[in-house]
Amino acid sequence: MMGWMAWTLPTAIFFAVIGALLLIMSVLAIRYPETPRMGILRMETTRGDRLFITLLGSAFICLAWLGLVGENLWWVLGVCFVYALAVFRWV
Amino acid sequence: MSIPTPPRRAWINTKAVVMIAYIVFLLLPIYWLINMSLKTNEEIISVFTIWPRHLTFANYKTILTDPAWYMGYVNSMIYVVQNVVISLAVALPAAYAFSRYRFMGDKHLFFWLLSNRMAPPAVFALPFFQLYSSIGLFDTHIAVALAHTLFNVPLAVWILEGFMRGVPKEIDETAYIDGYSFPRFFVRIFMPLIASGIGVAAFFCFMFSWVELLLSRTLTSIDAKPITAVMTRTVSASGMDWGVLAAAGVLTIVPGALVIYFVRNYIAKGFALGRV
Amino acid sequence: MEKTLNQKAWFLVLPVFLLVAFSAVIPLMTVVNYSLQDTFGNNKFFWAGLEWYTELLHSERLWSAFGRQIIFSAIILAIEVPLGVFVALNMPKKGVWASLCLVLMALPLLIPWNVVGTIWQIFGRVDIGLLGHTLAALGIDYNYTRDPLAAWITIITMDVWHWTSLVALLSYAGLQSIPEAYYQAAKIDQASRWSVFWFIELPKMQGVLMIAILIRFMDSFMIYTEPFVVTGGGPGNATTFLSIDLVKMALGQFDLGPAAAFSLMYFLVVMLVSWVFYTVMTNLDKKAGY
Repeated sequence: MMGWMAWTLPTAIFFAVIGALLLIMSVLAIRYPETPRMGILRMETTRGDRLFITLLGSAFICLAWLGLVGENLWWVLGVCFVYALAVFRWV
Repeated sequence: MSIPTPPRRAWINTKAVVMIAYIVFLLLPIYWLINMSLKTNEEIISVFTIWPRHLTFANYKTILTDPAWYMGYVNSMIYVVQNVVISLAVALPAAYAFSRYRFMGDKHLFFWLLSNRMAPPAVFALPFFQLYSSIGLFDTHIAVALAHTLFNVPLAVWILEGFMRGVPKEIDETAYIDGYSFPRFFVRIFMPLIASGIGVAAFFCFMFSWVELLLSRTLTSIDAKPITAVMTRTVSASGMDWGVLAAAGVLTIVPGALVIYFVRNYIAKGFALGRV
Repeated sequence: MEKTLNQKAWFLVLPVFLLVAFSAVIPLMTVVNYSLQDTFGNNKFFWAGLEWYTELLHSERLWSAFGRQIIFSAIILAIEVPLGVFVALNMPKKGVWASLCLVLMALPLLIPWNVVGTIWQIFGRVDIGLLGHTLAALGIDYNYTRDPLAAWITIITMDVWHWTSLVALLSYAGLQSIPEAYYQAAKIDQASRWSVFWFIELPKMQGVLMIAILIRFMDSFMIYTEPFVVTGGGPGNATTFLSIDLVKMALGQFDLGPAAAFSLMYFLVVMLVSWVFYTVMTNLDKKAGY
């Protein structure tokens, strides 16, 4: 039944991390309700928006890395992390 | 406004010319299809005629008497209706929630729904094929109906939310004070108020399910094969059967034209909300 | 309208959430899984890592399809949006003619997409089509199965035919919401036709036009059926757009891995664009005071 979905350990971890992030954000949203703020993109963003911008942006950073630099993705993870910090700080 | 001045009349005339030109542009290809459907294949291939010399209904007869053809229409209608019912049933309460309440993650949820309306069906064709095969729903009407909810449910939520936003909240509050329970209020009072919105949402769900080919073709083989997929197989040993193909095409336009006619007064309203 | 905070509203959204999660999340997870593996059928998969992504990012085929897609969507928007607005400005405001125009204009929207393709396939043929025959009679060499330029012109004309009405109907609805008093004020000020359009009509249409552009961009970006029926992606690869290429890869060759990687990148681009549009749209809404 589940065979066709072809689960592997890395993808399972990947989705678990995404799921955990969403869960953490939900818990945070309950504890400390989200307040929108104006960032450098000159639009209101909440914490959830910033998470979305981070994830989508990271996907493009990874693709660009793959296309321009090469295989080793551990480095790009660092780049994505810096990007995430920047998004949460300034956007 | 009662007495049009001469320059104004001249303006109206240019408007009419533009509209007539545009509508002729729209109707010409459709006319050509109808024209071909009323000709014999010999006439289509041998001579070039602007209207049928030998008027024939044989092409339509072929379609309406051959189950392989007319079952295509039946199959399409079945899954389209199933899809409209499912989409509206789940979209109505959700649209109410979006139009009346703030709740955790509401904006993200709304965007996530809309992003599915924007996602290319080609991306989903393959995994849908695998998914519905694995749960034994391949080649059933409900599989196509469920697949089409991917873009129709977000659409219905979007349209209905716009209509519901226009209903004053005091109506809800008065009803609750009068002792209505939520389901009874929703069905008895609220739904009649947004009847035109439900009509418009149903219209657009019908439309996008009816015109779609890629997913419906991928998810069916024999039993639930839609007319659009049947049409792609008119190439016979003797070459293309143009007359029958054209007739089948004309018959697919008929349900759409009927639906437009019935909802013509609401279409403008639906578009007015700018939500398609 | 001020909305009240009520977490119980989640129960009303739950059916939609579950249904769309079933239809969207499970397939997307599957696509992610496939994109990292290789298969020879029978649901037996082998780990391939990021091989497909690297391969596709360097593949001429993908980039040229992407390029064609962008050009196609740009041309479509450049023609359909101004034309649609122009038609909307010329539509009768009310009465029998208005509803007749509405019905006739909505007609192409309700035709199944492959029938749209069939209509234009027939219409453009030199031997049996009105358009092709007329052009040939005028001495113009036109054959959309051999000449890439003719194929492009046919497909673009077809799309304009198919979808301009949508832009026109949306703009028309936006125009309908302008109170008569505005026009009278403009008349008193002796405003020119152009300034009425620029200062009254266009700002009022801004919201619906954004939606029209978003929808037209997205739908032209995922176009599959119509060009597939007319040209099958040819001549050569001249009209192979992203979706056509993807379906060829996924369902034609059943190359699950590359097709899945392709799907994901395609999906990411769509997500990015629709997010940008959506954000701009909601900000416009906020300014308009909804």
